[in-house]
Amino acid sequence: MPEPSTPTARKPRRYSVFAIAREAMRLHSGWERAWADAQPRGRYKVVVIGAGGHGLATAYYLGKNFGITDVAVLEKGWLGGGNTGRNTTIIRSNYLQDPSAAIYDKSLKLYETLSQELNYNVMFSPRGLIMLAQTEHEVRGYKRTAIANHLQGVATRWIEPAEVKRLVPIMNIDGPRYPVLGGLYQERGGTARHDAVAWGYARACSQMGMDIVQNCEVAGVDIAGGRVRAVETTRGRIECDKLAIVVAGHSSVVAEMAGFRLPIESIALQALVSEPIKPCMDVVVMANTVHGYLSQSDKGEMVIGGGTDGFNNYTQRGSWQHVEETVRALIETFPMLSRLKMLRQWGGIVDMTGDRSPILSATPVGGVFVNCGWGTGGFKAIPGSGWAMAELVAKGAPGPLAADFGMSRFAEGRFIDESVAAGVAH
Amino acid sequence: MLILTCPYCGVAAEETELHPGGEAHLTRHGPGSTDADFEWYLFARRNPKGVHFERWRHLYGCGKWFLAARDTVTLQVFGTYPAQSKYPPREIIAAIRADRPDWVPHWDEITGDSAPGVGNDPAPNPTPARDSFA
Repeated sequence: MPEPSTPTARKPRRYSVFAIAREAMRLHSGWERAWADAQPRGRYKVVVIGAGGHGLATAYYLGKNFGITDVAVLEKGWLGGGNTGRNTTIIRSNYLQDPSAAIYDKSLKLYETLSQELNYNVMFSPRGLIMLAQTEHEVRGYKRTAIANHLQGVATRWIEPAEVKRLVPIMNIDGPRYPVLGGLYQERGGTARHDAVAWGYARACSQMGMDIVQNCEVAGVDIAGGRVRAVETTRGRIECDKLAIVVAGHSSVVAEMAGFRLPIESIALQALVSEPIKPCMDVVVMANTVHGYLSQSDKGEMVIGGGTDGFNNYTQRGSWQHVEETVRALIETFPMLSRLKMLRQWGGIVDMTGDRSPILSATPVGGVFVNCGWGTGGFKAIPGSGWAMAELVAKGAPGPLAADFGMSRFAEGRFIDESVAAGVAH
Repeated sequence: MLILTCPYCGVAAEETELHPGGEAHLTRHGPGSTDADFEWYLFARRNPKGVHFERWRHLYGCGKWFLAARDTVTLQVFGTYPAQSKYPPREIIAAIRADRPDWVPHWDEITGDSAPGVGNDPAPNPTPARDSFA
């Protein structure tokens, strides 16, 4: 049964070595729910649609940075059950364009201290990340990115094939189809535990007195005089002063309810994991030419991300031939993968913009803000995105991180062009 | 796997020999059009959760572009038709209506006016205010 919600903040009970010792003494009978599964009230100052990483981070930083805790986070399914639970958990900030580097590097810096900040172990693992160059085009592109990153203050460097091989001994660098010509190496990049990021933010939001309402699907947006008044949900009408739409693949659907259209197309992106094996690769490797991303989870599974399907899709599952395509390409570079059994395969619906950069923006409707368009690379951006979105919602105008990501950039031709410049992989 | 029948060569083509081309029936704005129209044509998309009209190319077949009506949730294909069609033909509309009685078309967004004689739809959705988009 869900606990009744209370408008007052719960007394935070910290996780620590002493808490573990205390619970060990009493047979772990005292652990409590990490966050309250709230019943919605009729009115909040801010309603955030979407209890994934981005929505929860938005709520968290609204409370932490701006003192706004009269917040509800609405989720049509279960917390973190969308793309937050469906990605390959890669974290990096080696982008080409300055606005991208700024927000993704802010995000990476927040990830570095997130476990301490939230008092929740998100298992951030800065194990290093290599983006492989397997064509001459990529060699030139990544060398350029390394220089751009240097100017942005983001520590990355170009490494030669021998160093790639030293860092990833299981890799075959000789081809023949796609030989490894080098790589863009970001030592601070890595992975984190995706569910824990959502759970950690949810716990912190709950402790601040915010309501996280699951199984609450938004069915309509009530607008009067060009300004949002309320959202109609499957659990009743909820009034709000401000509304933040943070729903990734369903951004177009919710935007349509609010009466405006986004430069977004929803497509399926899929991933798969192998059976667990002994530690064999302690670096994240992205092979963008062949659309394959590979890392080894702490459980030992090889986590493989593939390419997108390309056509509009809301099904949360990917096409079979893309699995085949991804694996076929990866086993040339990682021959040992051919002996592994695959355990699971899944898909998520990603929201792609025309320039493959996100949208953090006010909208034609007063009090309504959108945070979407993170496409294939949203997980790494969760803390930075929430930070920037909270500022946008609280002040009504974007701060320095979000300023360039307004949706008017498409009319103005001010693209943040990562799809052409840095490869489609995020 | 998606299977679409190419309306030109008649081959029931699997997804692997096709290339998706995004939303169909966009009004192609060019020089002299307003910034809002141009943005609308280049970037804004309906991206519906449900019936979607879209472009496909029979890449590893006859190489031609054609159009398809498909549901983005169930991946059901209602039919394919030539790329030269200004509106979806009657049989496609009938196929959609048969399975989706609640479906409402949006021809005025496609053409800027209603499409007389197509599926007998004189009252399509209102066009959202374009000026307010930017």
